[in-house]
Amino acid sequence: MQQSSTSKPNMKQSNTRVKRSVTASQRKHLRMKDTIAGYLFIAPMVLLATVLTIIPILLSGVISFTDWNFIAGLDSIQFIGLENYVKMFDDDEFLRSLTNNLLLMLVIPVSLFIALILAVLINNATYFKDVFKVIYFMPFISSFVAVAVLWRVLFHPTSGPINSFLMSIGISNPPAWLADPSFSLISVMIIMIWAGIGFEMIIFMAGLQNISRDLYEAAEIDGANKVRQFFSLTIPLLTPTIFFLLITGIVGSFKVFDLIMILTGGGPAGSTSVIVYYLYKVAFIQLKSGYASAIGIMLLIIILIITIIQWIGQKKWVNY
Amino acid sequence: MRMRALQGYRLIATIGMSFGGIIFIMPFLWMISASLKPELDVLAFPIEWIPKTWNAAENYSEVWFGALPFTTYYWNTIKITLFTTLLSVVVSSMAAYGFTKIEFRGRDLVFLVILSTFMIPTQAILVPQFILYRWLGFFDSHAGLVFLGASSVLLTFLLRQFYMSVHNEIIESAKIDGANHWTIYARITLPLVKPVLATVMILRFIWTWNDYQNPLIFLRSDHLFTLQLGMTKFSDANGEFYSLMMAGAVSAILPLLIIFIIGQKQVIEGVASGSVKG
Repeated sequence: MQQSSTSKPNMKQSNTRVKRSVTASQRKHLRMKDTIAGYLFIAPMVLLATVLTIIPILLSGVISFTDWNFIAGLDSIQFIGLENYVKMFDDDEFLRSLTNNLLLMLVIPVSLFIALILAVLINNATYFKDVFKVIYFMPFISSFVAVAVLWRVLFHPTSGPINSFLMSIGISNPPAWLADPSFSLISVMIIMIWAGIGFEMIIFMAGLQNISRDLYEAAEIDGANKVRQFFSLTIPLLTPTIFFLLITGIVGSFKVFDLIMILTGGGPAGSTSVIVYYLYKVAFIQLKSGYASAIGIMLLIIILIITIIQWIGQKKWVNY
Repeated sequence: MRMRALQGYRLIATIGMSFGGIIFIMPFLWMISASLKPELDVLAFPIEWIPKTWNAAENYSEVWFGALPFTTYYWNTIKITLFTTLLSVVVSSMAAYGFTKIEFRGRDLVFLVILSTFMIPTQAILVPQFILYRWLGFFDSHAGLVFLGASSVLLTFLLRQFYMSVHNEIIESAKIDGANHWTIYARITLPLVKPVLATVMILRFIWTWNDYQNPLIFLRSDHLFTLQLGMTKFSDANGEFYSLMMAGAVSAILPLLIIFIIGQKQVIEGVASGSVKG
């Protein structure tokens, strides 16, 4: 016991001595060691990202200028310049998919509005907060496969529970939902809203925690009612969160693949086809690798544009 | 007086929200209910929420031990998910440590490049990935899927945020005591970021378990299929048997539901703090 207590100050002394005696060359050596250690630590991540993402995206860029089909082998590769990109704007199926993607963006503001109201209500006005959180979060943990299989039955045109219910309350001609080209995209949107609300609600609740209670009390004293408080206090103070969710949501809506693939396969009559689904079809069913890569690059460009808008918009519209 | 008004308001809001919650969760309740019934009762209206005749044992045994090797799919999914989660946590936490706690030239540039790959939609690189995988011999193998899942930029970013909050003094003093970076990483910082690791693991687990796109593209052989692929195959084969499809869907969701209920705090807080999107 005694020994250890006396040895402690000694150690400290020796430490300072070591520190002082570090010469320039030793420092260089240490920095070298740190550099090696640093690169070793990030090596697995960098290696995976390089092989699985960076090299593929560069290859994708190259392939997008060819008319290649990967089954045919490297010999048949032929550069055709920008032809794939030009072709896209004459391709009805691509334009249809792009239009559908643009329409699907509408899902985000709608679900954000619902999620925000739910978050405010659950946060301020209910008992059993955790139970509600779990309920609304359920779709987030369910696979899109299970969700799609489930909703396909729920939306069944003649005998599904939703239409049975609608008919029982007196709607004699309910829509055929997923089977009707003019309702199919709306049906997909309903499912996307249902599946997305939980995530957005949780983020909003985290944002609400950061708003000071004093502000609401002050508003109350000034005679502002709850609705007024919501529009003049909560929404402006949450603009950073709203903006973040809007952008990630819109970017995310361009990547919805599983749901479309299983729910409708892009049908009926292409009414629910989206860019990523069309890309999959071109790449792996029609086997046009060049054209598929061009669509992929186009998708990347669209996402980049949205992200740039985010950067600019953040400065303009967001209150801090 | 005001207190009482507030309580009344709360009670009304709770009742209203409960009503909304029930409608929201109804599809799931319907799914469970349908999986327990004989086929003929599934689409009966008004809906029998609690089945009059039970057919649960028959439905579930048909799913699990019927024509399709559902148990194989299940086992494959468990295997892939566990390995992916494990590897992903090691890779991401090491990278996060390297990016925050070691000073070296080029660090921030490398991080920026890695972070920017997050914007690339996975579908945009499917074709080259597919060709590369066939060339590397990772096509149609579980190892290939594990590598794809383990390289998550998002989780690295989330972990990095938390590593930044670990004080540098702790690391400096450990260094003076002669610890190298590996010891500091494994013995000192990993225990400190444990709560975030739990979040990252649960998120990775959920995403891998539910992944459909990667197995669809990178697997060919039936005996390697995952649960999600098996489910779509199952629903193609039994498209008219909704009770069986629902039993399959319940079987696929159940493990996640259990994990979610156990780790509910970690998942929800992790999502809220890192603003992660699956």
